[in-house]
Amino acid sequence: MEKWYLMTIVVLIGLTVRWTVSLNPYSGAGKPPMFGDYEAQRHWQEITFNLPVKQWYFNSSDNNLQYWGLDYPPLTAYHSLLCAYVAKFINADWIALHTSRGYESQAHKLFMRSTVLIADLLIYIPAVVLYCCCLKEISTKKKIANVLCILLYPGLILIDYGHFQNIYNSVSLGFALWGVLGVSCDWDLLGSLAFCLAINYKQMELYHSLPFFCFLLGKCFKKGLKGKGLVLLVKLACTVVASFILCWLPFFTEREQTLQVLRRLFPVDRGLFEACLKTFLFFLFCFTFLSLLPACIKLTLQPSSKGFKFTLVSCALSFFLFSFQVHEKSILLVSLPVCLVLSDIPFMSTWFLLVSTFSMLPLLLKDELLMPSVVTTMAFFIACVTFFSIFEKTSEEELQLKSFSISVRKYLPCFTFLSRIIQYLFLISVTTMVLLTLMTVTLDPPQKLPDLFSVLVCFVSCLNFLFFLVYFNIIIMWDSQNGRNQKKIS
Amino acid sequence: MAALTIAAGTGNWFSALALGVTLLKCLLIPTYYSTDFEVHRNWLAITHSLPISQWYYEATSEWTLDYPPFFAWFEYILSHVAKYFDQEMLNVHNLNYSSSRTLLFQRFSVIFTDILFVYAVHECCKCIGGKKVGKELTEKPKFILSVLLLWNFGLLIVDHIHFQYNGFLFGLMLLSIARLFQKRHMEGAFLFAVLLHFKHIYLYVAPAYGVYLLRSYCFTANKSDGSIRWNSFSFVRVISLGLVVFLVSALSLGPFLALNQLHQVFSRLFPFKRGLCHAYWAPNFWALYNGLDKVLSVIGLKLKFLDPNKIPKASMTSGLVQQFQHTVLPSVTPLATLICTLIAILPSIFCLWFKPQGPRGFLRCLILCALSSFMFGWHVHEKAILLAILPMSLLSVGKAGDASVFLILTTTGHYSLFPLLFTAPELPIKILLMLLFTIYSISSLKTLFRKEKPLFNWMETFYLLGLGPLEVCCEFVFPLTSWKLKYPFIPLLLTSVYCAVGITYAWFKLYVSVLIDPPVVKTKKQ
Repeated sequence: MEKWYLMTIVVLIGLTVRWTVSLNPYSGAGKPPMFGDYEAQRHWQEITFNLPVKQWYFNSSDNNLQYWGLDYPPLTAYHSLLCAYVAKFINADWIALHTSRGYESQAHKLFMRSTVLIADLLIYIPAVVLYCCCLKEISTKKKIANVLCILLYPGLILIDYGHFQNIYNSVSLGFALWGVLGVSCDWDLLGSLAFCLAINYKQMELYHSLPFFCFLLGKCFKKGLKGKGLVLLVKLACTVVASFILCWLPFFTEREQTLQVLRRLFPVDRGLFEACLKTFLFFLFCFTFLSLLPACIKLTLQPSSKGFKFTLVSCALSFFLFSFQVHEKSILLVSLPVCLVLSDIPFMSTWFLLVSTFSMLPLLLKDELLMPSVVTTMAFFIACVTFFSIFEKTSEEELQLKSFSISVRKYLPCFTFLSRIIQYLFLISVTTMVLLTLMTVTLDPPQKLPDLFSVLVCFVSCLNFLFFLVYFNIIIMWDSQNGRNQKKIS
Repeated sequence: MAALTIAAGTGNWFSALALGVTLLKCLLIPTYYSTDFEVHRNWLAITHSLPISQWYYEATSEWTLDYPPFFAWFEYILSHVAKYFDQEMLNVHNLNYSSSRTLLFQRFSVIFTDILFVYAVHECCKCIGGKKVGKELTEKPKFILSVLLLWNFGLLIVDHIHFQYNGFLFGLMLLSIARLFQKRHMEGAFLFAVLLHFKHIYLYVAPAYGVYLLRSYCFTANKSDGSIRWNSFSFVRVISLGLVVFLVSALSLGPFLALNQLHQVFSRLFPFKRGLCHAYWAPNFWALYNGLDKVLSVIGLKLKFLDPNKIPKASMTSGLVQQFQHTVLPSVTPLATLICTLIAILPSIFCLWFKPQGPRGFLRCLILCALSSFMFGWHVHEKAILLAILPMSLLSVGKAGDASVFLILTTTGHYSLFPLLFTAPELPIKILLMLLFTIYSISSLKTLFRKEKPLFNWMETFYLLGLGPLEVCCEFVFPLTSWKLKYPFIPLLLTSVYCAVGITYAWFKLYVSVLIDPPVVKTKKQ
């Protein structure tokens, strides 16, 4: 493309913002005996380098699972091993068995930060660039602006480079993005391979698995289950099985190995004693599936790239809202698909991404990341406003709500204020977020309610997310078959 | 929604650029800062805690006040805001005090005072014309100029990492240049006089101001062929200019004259006891001179022309700032450098006098004065290259030839600032920001002048590309070799000499373009 230099500049800006955020302190800095999650990553390098594969997931004298035991799938372990080899080359003290616990030094911090940046540069950023280049019906400049806005999304930057909790989120999200790219461009096998790698890197990616499954199934149905469709289905199944076998090969030798890994990944032993809790969880599970079933069914029956992306959003959001023991950073799994639809519905996407960053506020404040949070959020907001002119795109058509409001107007002819309502909701939402942030930073919570502000943040975010769940589901279900949408159906 | 639209400034690219770079500066707050941080904290303490009579005598800290009085007053005003952040930083005896609040205050004060710089850039964009190549915003000269100035790499790392207050000072200078372009000469002169009393390094460019104002303002008209018309001399203008300069100086130095401290003030402002070169040689002519001297002395020792006992012990590159002698080539005294500088700026001054080209000619002369002083000055800091780079940006969007010189000067000058940030965490930042600025400047100027001949010939391209391997060698390869302990100064020496070549070449090319410019004055309004 003729504007390669602009793209390079945009990527450089993204990298600069990432590195400057990483100059801030990390969680658990200097806090024995457990330190923080930075120590977890270092410990995994120590374990994978010094112990044989069979012992990685098992409790032993050398590997105390209570002290940051491995609880991610094998690909994370292999990645840690790779980093450990590099660490050994630079300074073997960093990963010496037992003696390197709680190791903290300027050089080591730099090393860990660099591994995150390199992983980002190799996997996530190329995926974003390629994705935006493959977008149809928008100009080159808009594509480059899209890359900039996605790269400036504060949530991912702050978690991966500031918070250091379970870093390398960009790796799993990057693989998932390669998956989306492959599947949208009809490279189904490569796409599903990439997505399998994503799942095998962090098991949370299972949030995205249902839309992938439905979309690919829908494609097979479209091609006809008697001919090409069946062939595609078989090929996909083989790809998935092969990729899983490849990743889990060392662990398939014994049944106990596989079970132990699964136990570490899905710790169902945690707090699952009472029967009423089990019943509650069962209903929660049902509710989750009910909320995402319509979108998935529609995706299977009418597979389209656009529907696929929106279904990714709605499924991930459903899982996030209704699942058990969800960590705040899991919102990143919803944010990634929303970034992908930034060019379709800039106003709502920007709003969502702002809320998603705000929802992580208690976590970020705990790590003294107030300044980077505020700065990156403002930068992201300014970028979106400047490049997408989001405040001019609030009409019903722009919000993709036209078909919905037409349907509603059949019953309520006076329902013409939809876009006005949404604008006011946006104002209220942003004002509340800003006020809450100010309050959390400046005021002390009352003695009887020490967690008041965190709970308020949670509550406000949850309300916003419920609104978005409804909105995205409406878009999917009322997606018009006529007009320009015809071209988008693959 | 309409109010939000206006507030968000949709379509106002200048605000977006200014806000964007301000946010980047906020992200740079936790980076490394040099001893200049302590310098300014000390000055805050001195001006806040002590009476004026002691400002230029105070020497508890080694970082004594060595800027003119207006800067001291500036620190005094800042100190009244500082007391709300952390009272302890204003204690003169709290040497090297750097609490997180102190850091926050100091960094924010630099970011805040940059408002003046933003305003000055805005004014400059208004008066720089330049051709319009396309309708796209990113191809307009105003846009390119704004980015080149607001996002200038050198200013970012010197002000917001290394820590200095150059932003608002350059804002004053650019504003005075803009006023001269807008024919508001008195304001321009006033602003420059004020600037001189903030930081006396701007004396480097004072000849350009003096000659231009005398020639083009005091003589109100020219003859038809552009030469001077002696009878159009206006006494009123001369006297009013003189009055402005006198009043500003009186305001600044008056109190110290009354206290009989002028001698002390001047001895602080012009400390000639320091050596010819800084610990790290600024990439000027003397860097090449020193390099040649070193090479000759090594050759001389090998070929037994020199007696090892007669060579002075103190090596120039051992990092100590002191007076020393050269071994093979003749030694250089402050007077010699002054004479060299004067000889170097004379041709450009003559050009400004005999063939005035209006404000553009003045700008060229200013840049040449700054560059020549950089080339031949005594104890020049490498940061002084910014004095030439920033005004040169104004010229770069006008002509292709100027753009070419600007790119060589800027890329080399910015690279020569690398040794200022020698810590490992800042390494990726300086490389990323340098790449950002260099790629943008080269590609945007190439696009702007795409209808003319290419900006670089093969030699220049080769030289600029050579900066990459040089960086890799100095920062990545060299520390892993055994030479690191024996000759620790080699990366600095190499950087200095390599950049000196580029800067000398740019200076030379600019001079040639000024001298061979046709002397015909355009009759239409400049």
